[in-house]
Amino acid sequence: MRIVSDILSATILFAVPLLLVALGGMFSERSGIINIALEGIMIVGALFACLTLRALDLNTSIGQNAPQLGMLIAILVAAFSGALFSLLLAFASVSLKADQTIGGTALNMMAPALAIAVTWAVQGQGQTNIIIPTWTRITQETLGIVPKDVFWQNLVFKSFYQTTIWAILLFLVAAVLLYKTRFGLRMRACGEHPQAADSVGINVYRMRYAGVFISGILGGIGGLAYTIAAGSTFQSSVAGYGFLALAVMIFGNWKPWNILGASLFFALFKIIGSYSGSIPFLPKFENLNQSEYLYLMVPYIVTMILLILTSKKSRAPKSEGIPYDKGRR
Amino acid sequence: MGEYVIEMLNITKDFPGIRANDDITLRLRRGEIHALLGENGAGKSTLMSVLFGLYQPEGGVIKKDGDVVHIKDPNDANALHIGMVHQHFKLVEIFTVLENIILGVEPNKMGFLQKKEAHRRVVELSERYGLKIDPDALIEDISVGMQQRVEILKMLYRDNEILIFDEPTAVLTPQEIDELMGIMRSFAAEGKSILFITHKLNEIMAVADRCTVLRKGKCVGTVDVKDTDKVKLSRMMVGRDVDFIVEKDDAKPGKTVLEIKNLTVPSKAHKNNAVKNVSFNVRAGEIVCLAGIEGNGQTEFVYALTGLEKPSAGRITLKGEPIVQIGHKRGLQSSASLDKTKPILMPIRHRSKLGMSHIPEDRQKYGLVLDYSLEENLVLQRYWEPEFQNKGFIRKDQVREYADRLIRQYDIRSGQGPVTPARSMSGGNQQKAIVAREIDKNPELLVAVQPTRGLDVGAIEYIHHQLIAARDNGKAVLLVSLELDEVINVSDRILVMYEGEIVGAFDPKDITVQELGLYMAGAKRQSNESEAYSA
Repeated sequence: MRIVSDILSATILFAVPLLLVALGGMFSERSGIINIALEGIMIVGALFACLTLRALDLNTSIGQNAPQLGMLIAILVAAFSGALFSLLLAFASVSLKADQTIGGTALNMMAPALAIAVTWAVQGQGQTNIIIPTWTRITQETLGIVPKDVFWQNLVFKSFYQTTIWAILLFLVAAVLLYKTRFGLRMRACGEHPQAADSVGINVYRMRYAGVFISGILGGIGGLAYTIAAGSTFQSSVAGYGFLALAVMIFGNWKPWNILGASLFFALFKIIGSYSGSIPFLPKFENLNQSEYLYLMVPYIVTMILLILTSKKSRAPKSEGIPYDKGRR
Repeated sequence: MGEYVIEMLNITKDFPGIRANDDITLRLRRGEIHALLGENGAGKSTLMSVLFGLYQPEGGVIKKDGDVVHIKDPNDANALHIGMVHQHFKLVEIFTVLENIILGVEPNKMGFLQKKEAHRRVVELSERYGLKIDPDALIEDISVGMQQRVEILKMLYRDNEILIFDEPTAVLTPQEIDELMGIMRSFAAEGKSILFITHKLNEIMAVADRCTVLRKGKCVGTVDVKDTDKVKLSRMMVGRDVDFIVEKDDAKPGKTVLEIKNLTVPSKAHKNNAVKNVSFNVRAGEIVCLAGIEGNGQTEFVYALTGLEKPSAGRITLKGEPIVQIGHKRGLQSSASLDKTKPILMPIRHRSKLGMSHIPEDRQKYGLVLDYSLEENLVLQRYWEPEFQNKGFIRKDQVREYADRLIRQYDIRSGQGPVTPARSMSGGNQQKAIVAREIDKNPELLVAVQPTRGLDVGAIEYIHHQLIAARDNGKAVLLVSLELDEVINVSDRILVMYEGEIVGAFDPKDITVQELGLYMAGAKRQSNESEAYSA
């Protein structure tokens, strides 16, 4: 039972960044902008959030007094920096009508370079790792609850962070926003048929800026969530999670609930990959050198296979990727 | 309140290199149906876009109820109760009817949609005006006619008093057109004012009170419809007399050129077959017209015939040579030996060499390479012939000479002659270029799919003459058309296609437009199917 609760707990931990970032991608693409830059947005969000945590840890005693307040500040910094960085993409693809794929790729190349430069500037030449303080985790002591059952204790508190709570809240907000509000209706119209939206007086440019901005907020928080999940340091990388989130978004058919399912699914495979050594019934391939890498490949291979299988059914927003030009009708 | 609800005075609108509207004045009376007539590119849509706030004019003023107004965007137009049904519907396909209607003016509480109230109002409006719709259906699932009703309801939902219809009848069946005319009249009777863009004279005579005619961006004049007739209107529009009835002798059909047997083509859009077991012949020296409403399998039929798509069963022979032969257990019982033979699917170039010409439905997608020059487009199917190439190099001088000849002979007008990019040519001249290329190949079979779609009367007249000239030269012509006048006037034999089947075969002399419309809409079908392809 212990291994099950370990796996479930880790699955949730890794599903959180996928969910957040894929939802971010969904908002951007539903408004009509292909957001390849999610990877870069995650890096930038994680970078500034980790720098904030480091500064709080070194310069204040917030870690002892109010650790979760410190975490909240870091989350806000992640959201803000991710959103700011995403505005570059919005500016290029909405205002300048640049090719969205190229714009996104450029941001992806820029983000790790920026991260290393800033990290070195703060920590000194060659100090690439930003160490995340240990007080970020929510423990039993933080909440004052002690589940009796070891299973639940393990499942809930083994790796519980504030980002998980925010992911659940933001997911619900996203689902309601997209389908139940005026804003969501208008945003979806802009991604499907911007001329139609324009003809009823909706400002397509503004809606697309909004879509990309929201993806920046969610992507930035997702970057922080990934970094906490992946280890105790930030190393100017999110290991392709931004692209995996894109796959999750496509597999989730640009719909919030499907994206939730898809991100849990992918996270599960990722965790099975990393826990492969301790799961008794999995074959070991001992005659192969370094066979553990086989299992680490699993989530990515599953991604490819599933995308091949589901790509026929998936329906992307019709006008995504096409810059909207008011003059051309 | 003055006589005029809208006055557009001395409107001038420039686009790079062209003056689309030159000092145009149009006055719309309260409660009238006012037609706006003109050829393609005469500036009708531009003028209406100015009124709807999509374009800003360089000169002139717009008055509403006598007061000068500035319409900067569709929101301003909406505030002045001006609504527009665009030629290409502005509907979001994955939204429901209701969502499309409320988009932009959503009833909401703190940003949350309040659909119930909107639902009630939409149902009420649709009942009051007899515009039957299902508010919860998705746009992608409903017919074009129904989509137009949604567009009309969009205007009514916004309480618009000035309704602009941009070529509303182009996509409708004759019955739907009659219905729309009735609806327009009831709006006018209620005091709403209607601007109606069209280049179809029949509709103007049927429904409009007054008509303003534009030609090449200039206003030719405004006339009372009751004081004029089709001949006068067309002279105003084109600037010369136009023949409406195509003069032609009786057909003298020769031997069979095209033979289609049990052709079945799968559909990309749904699970059923788009073309179901269709058989007929086309002979030399006759024009056979395949009539039907859009989306009843004609497109797929033509794709299978011309090689753009693979049929699932059937046999097509051109001049006795099989170009398609695909066995099917049930479909080809008559020729049991076929089961053993290898399926034949002749490549497009071979079909073309064998004598098939194709004027495609979508001239910009399949007819031309838009970013090539006119001369390159004219040799698109022949560049590999020894006349135009030498060891793989294009003989530019020969191409130029050939293009010059076609341009002269077929009167293709363009800015820079043979080197004009096809993209920059007008729709009518793009079509002329395709017609020239396809007819000059001297084909045995000419497949013309909606060759006059979107063209004005002058260009239509020209295309019709070319089709009849090809027939008189002993060519077999297969015309696919939705335009009833064209079907009746040009063809020698009519086959009606409905839901992938031939539901009737007629001599154009024996059938009326109304009756043909019933067959096209699926309301009637000939019981004896063998009649359909016996001729």
